Amino acid sequence: MAKVLVVTSGKGGVGKTTSTAALGAALAQSGQKVAVVAFDFGLRNLDLVMGAERRVVFDFINVAQGDANLSQALIRDKRVDTLYLLAASQTRDKDALTEEGVKRVIDELRERFDWVICDSPAGIERGATLAMRYADTAIVIANPEVSSVRDSDRIIGLLDSKTLKAESGEGMEKHLLLTRYDPARAARGEMLSVEDVLEILSIPLLGIIPESQDVLKASNVGAPVSINATSSAAAAAYIDAARRLCGVPVPMTRPSEKVSLFGRFFGRRAA
Amino acid sequence: MSIFNLFRRTNSGTVARERLQILLTHERRSGASPELVALIHREVIAAIAKHVDIDPDKVEIEIQHRDKVSFLEINLEIPAGETARAA
Repeated sequence: MAKVLVVTSGKGGVGKTTSTAALGAALAQSGQKVAVVAFDFGLRNLDLVMGAERRVVFDFINVAQGDANLSQALIRDKRVDTLYLLAASQTRDKDALTEEGVKRVIDELRERFDWVICDSPAGIERGATLAMRYADTAIVIANPEVSSVRDSDRIIGLLDSKTLKAESGEGMEKHLLLTRYDPARAARGEMLSVEDVLEILSIPLLGIIPESQDVLKASNVGAPVSINATSSAAAAAYIDAARRLCGVPVPMTRPSEKVSLFGRFFGRRAA
Repeated sequence: MSIFNLFRRTNSGTVARERLQILLTHERRSGASPELVALIHREVIAAIAKHVDIDPDKVEIEIQHRDKVSFLEINLEIPAGETARAA
């Protein structure tokens, strides 16, 4: 039985789709069966970031409406064979999707996978609330920047009120993934610090993804960064975050701490 | 690190944190959903305006949370001499 995650943020452009692809690929590489599911109905991003844009035949709405079955719509990744994608519909009316339709698709995915990762669209409208509705756990993506943190606060409010977990009184499990973290700017105090964001949002930290050119390069070529640039700091951070999701107690590495430890090491050698 | 701490008070990251803390404290206090206050505001005005002439700008609605109880406070001004139409 799968664990259903929603990757959400409120604000756009903070790294939801990148993180969905990277976490999905990292989890799948450890041998688990993973489905990444796009909820950006009317648009279409996840297939492009995954490099599967030319392989989409059937999409989420086709399955929800019974025009195709799940096996026909799931696209198997060419690099990691336990990783699958369910694309969003680009052309259809986004109101064609009902809560029941989403539930049916998610329930079916639950039976066939270990992880189902829903890539929420930005905003707090229907697409975003549908993406979180049936999730077991939420990954809130935030950049250390005021408008992103404010929107994340708003999304946490929705996660605690509009989801099935919240309504049943069980409570939604939430994790913070801090993305586009720039250690140099953080050291100069030009950015909200990790502590600031954690104190304001008060949800546990899943990982800190450093700002990296490798993320852009990976999406340029249509590959999750966690399998495209495995030696990069961003990939390592995603792989660590994926292991934490599996319950492995991986110590939190901070991009800034790494630099200062390095500096200290050399400082000691010079002394 | 101590040198950074000395200047912490004046850098822009600190300003960002303080602005956010003030803003979010306010937003959280106005209820789980800011739309709810707007919705109640509209509906209260509509309900009262059916019976009494009121100035929509003179209606104040606030939700306050204290411990485990929330208070809905509605303040509205009814012009002098105005009486209920359907009395």
